[in-house]
Amino acid sequence: MSRMMVKTAALTAVLAMVSALSATSVSAQDVAIRNAKLVIGDGSAPIDGGTVVVRGGKIVAAGAHVAVPAGVTVVNAAGAWVTPGIVAAFSRVGLVEVDAVDGTNDRGASRSRFSAGLDISPALNPMGSPVAVNRAAGVTRAIVAPSESSNIFAGQGAVVDLGDDMDMVTRPRALQFISFGEAGSSKAGGSRAATFLLFREQLLAARSYARNPASLAEWSNGAMIQRADADALVAVIDGKVPLFVRVDRASDILNVLKLRSDFPALKLVLVGVTEGWLVARELAAGKVPVIVSPLTDLPGNFERLGATQSNAGRLAAAGVAVSVGVFDDDDAHKMGYTTQYAGNLVALNRIAGASGLSWDQAFAAISSIPAKAVGMDGQIGSLQAGRVGDVVMWDNDPLELGSRPTMVWIDGKKQSLVTRQGRLRDRYITPSEGALPKAYVH
Amino acid sequence: MTKGHYFLAAASLALVGCSTSGGAETQSASRKAPTSAANSSSSATAKAAFNKDPYPSTYKAYAGQPTAVRGATIFDGEGGRIDNGTILLLNGKVEAVGGAELVVPANYVVVDGQGKFVTPGIIDVHSHLGDYPSPGVEAHSDGNEMTSPTTPEVWSEHSVWPQDPGFSRALANGGVTALQILPGSANLMGGRSVTLKNVPSRTVQGMKFPNAPYGLKMACGENPKRVYGAKGRAPSTRMGNFAVNRQTWARAVSYKKKLDEGKAVERDLAMETLAGVLSGEILMHNHCYRADEMAQVVDMSKEFGYHVSTFHHAVEAYKIGDILARENICAALWADWWGFKMEGYDSVPENVPMVHQAGACTIVHSDDENQIQRLNQEAAKALRAGRRMGMTISDETAWTWLGINPAKALGIDKVTGSLKAGKMADVVLWNGHPFSAYTRPEKVWVDGAMLYDANNPKLRPVSDFELGQPGEGDVK
Repeated sequence: MSRMMVKTAALTAVLAMVSALSATSVSAQDVAIRNAKLVIGDGSAPIDGGTVVVRGGKIVAAGAHVAVPAGVTVVNAAGAWVTPGIVAAFSRVGLVEVDAVDGTNDRGASRSRFSAGLDISPALNPMGSPVAVNRAAGVTRAIVAPSESSNIFAGQGAVVDLGDDMDMVTRPRALQFISFGEAGSSKAGGSRAATFLLFREQLLAARSYARNPASLAEWSNGAMIQRADADALVAVIDGKVPLFVRVDRASDILNVLKLRSDFPALKLVLVGVTEGWLVARELAAGKVPVIVSPLTDLPGNFERLGATQSNAGRLAAAGVAVSVGVFDDDDAHKMGYTTQYAGNLVALNRIAGASGLSWDQAFAAISSIPAKAVGMDGQIGSLQAGRVGDVVMWDNDPLELGSRPTMVWIDGKKQSLVTRQGRLRDRYITPSEGALPKAYVH
Repeated sequence: MTKGHYFLAAASLALVGCSTSGGAETQSASRKAPTSAANSSSSATAKAAFNKDPYPSTYKAYAGQPTAVRGATIFDGEGGRIDNGTILLLNGKVEAVGGAELVVPANYVVVDGQGKFVTPGIIDVHSHLGDYPSPGVEAHSDGNEMTSPTTPEVWSEHSVWPQDPGFSRALANGGVTALQILPGSANLMGGRSVTLKNVPSRTVQGMKFPNAPYGLKMACGENPKRVYGAKGRAPSTRMGNFAVNRQTWARAVSYKKKLDEGKAVERDLAMETLAGVLSGEILMHNHCYRADEMAQVVDMSKEFGYHVSTFHHAVEAYKIGDILARENICAALWADWWGFKMEGYDSVPENVPMVHQAGACTIVHSDDENQIQRLNQEAAKALRAGRRMGMTISDETAWTWLGINPAKALGIDKVTGSLKAGKMADVVLWNGHPFSAYTRPEKVWVDGAMLYDANNPKLRPVSDFELGQPGEGDVK
């Protein structure tokens, strides 16, 4: 109850003041937000009366005793929550407008003759309505991965921003994605044995190709890869690009960890990891970060028999870096669920026998920890100095249900929070037609 | 991807989903169809020589102790609220609900509700648990009889697998005590629904909600025309959807007329179901997304003489809240699902509160084995969206979306859906405010029997499927 209730009247007044302030400085990129309940995003506790300063699109300082420099726009948060923008840890934001409308759905390329070489960057649509809707929910960055190809490697994902402009890609080719388990088997020929063999053969072919491009021909028949795929896989073998692996069954997780005995430089990031808690010690010892869809608690198939919402908490307690994603139910439109799911993990702390995350851990799991998983914690995911100026001010505790941003900055630029959904809502506040048809209400 | 989204969202022909269902009328006592075809309503089927309840409920309430919860905030499910309240449960029923002054008799188990909340058990009007159970393997895919666009002859209870672990998750994590299992939305007329008590049983009959009316699931829009268009048969368009529906209803009206006149008719399971809808004893639950289609369905219902009890999903209900209110039709909605298909494109997060504000019976539903575990959270998001646009809707009023309204839609509002003396003691004790992300059910009673207690591992159901598997008996 206590966390639910906002002092609505006071907040409304504050917001009015803030928007009056910002109206005079729409294009300003240097801003100081003071008097905030400030969340850095690195797992530390919120700071009352905190200040964050953004200049030139980057965070220059954030904390309790930060001076406001001259010449910046000052926003008085009046005690409101201010956090780094949410990082959607594993998503398809920007790749899909309407799932069931094929022409707008660039998640996967199951009929392409290419696989690892596929690069989603040109498929991203920054003007798509899901980008705006997710931005209005406080998501400012996303790790975006393709879902599938005709082969076991799905292709190269990107780290993106959700800003209201045409420049969406923060880092192209930021990861390679592959599924093991049942999904991998179906691509590889019907069994897990085929997946592991094909994986090994494709990497060996790529390595051979890197040493002698003419050698690809002798490999590619069995390994089923093209030159562009080999190029992409070399970066994976060398550990220059992290390999995101969807895997759920405990035994599959252990076998994926063993891939590093053949390819020691692999930078693994495991996605899903539904039965991860059963092998938490091995994951921790291997220092492999994981991204979970944390409320998956049903045996949806035989590789998720051990599913429990306590997975994230148990993994974190074992020392695994756990990011919270939203991908077992929606991976393109509802990244706003990220905060809800993180809040649910906090709830588990009050259930006997369950394992959750502290509030501070839970927030880090949707900001700095996924940034680190993709190797970009120096650039995004927290309000530490030097990171991008992605800042969100909220109308309530951001992990609480239905909390919404009141202001969002991306790269220090104040963002529009207008969405197509909001325009529809406004048109139908009174559903019946007035003096003219609804088509004239805009 | 979960089954729900797979069926809804996957851009493939397999995508016939889960989300189908129909609406129920709002008053179980006034379930008669509103137009002329209903004139002879209940007499019609009364003359039938066949058994209308051949798979009767064998549900029996489990034993409970006389129980008092004291000191909690009570949302009664009809819009009432009592702070520092007391509720007494006796013999499976709510005995009394009151304030701190309510006297607790000596032999009652007393539960301290300080800082906690008591609500009626949540009722989900739209579930496919059992019909599309976990694990979601092909052998378990029993929710859509995709061999004809109209299959009112099939009954979803004949597909329900009572060992679906989803039932126990909905109980323990979601506080769901009753739910309607609907056929999917591949077909225009998907078949009969069944309403269950969320109490584990060896048999479906052992879960059937005693005396709950049947429902018929119908579906508008994309799914039927896609599924049958792809097979090269009608319907392949929305106008085809209506043509097939109207022809079928015309047959049903004729069949019912013969029944009403006492003429001998061959058993026709499809027509029996439709005649039951026309007479008002079977409730119409209609999956329909778009505003314009819902308005046309309303006219079709008047053309043939039935009443739509509930539009399910109704993503564009906010565009026609006034029409739904006028026609006395409930809208069963998600808080914020959108974008998975074209007819789900115009979703707004204010749909639930806008329909509520228009005066229509509003329900938050799941259509999903995951969201059924947090319908309270979905209602909370919708409530806050409404408040942000300036509405003043109290928490206790919003609980009607999970309480009495879904009970009305299912025709079980006289016996459950709210905390009133004499009703079934279907009760949840939450360990905090149920509209907070930080809150979970602490105890759940069904008919006065405590069937979940977060603090007692013995009171955590484990289905046959989960027995002997990794994670058996875990907190989940």
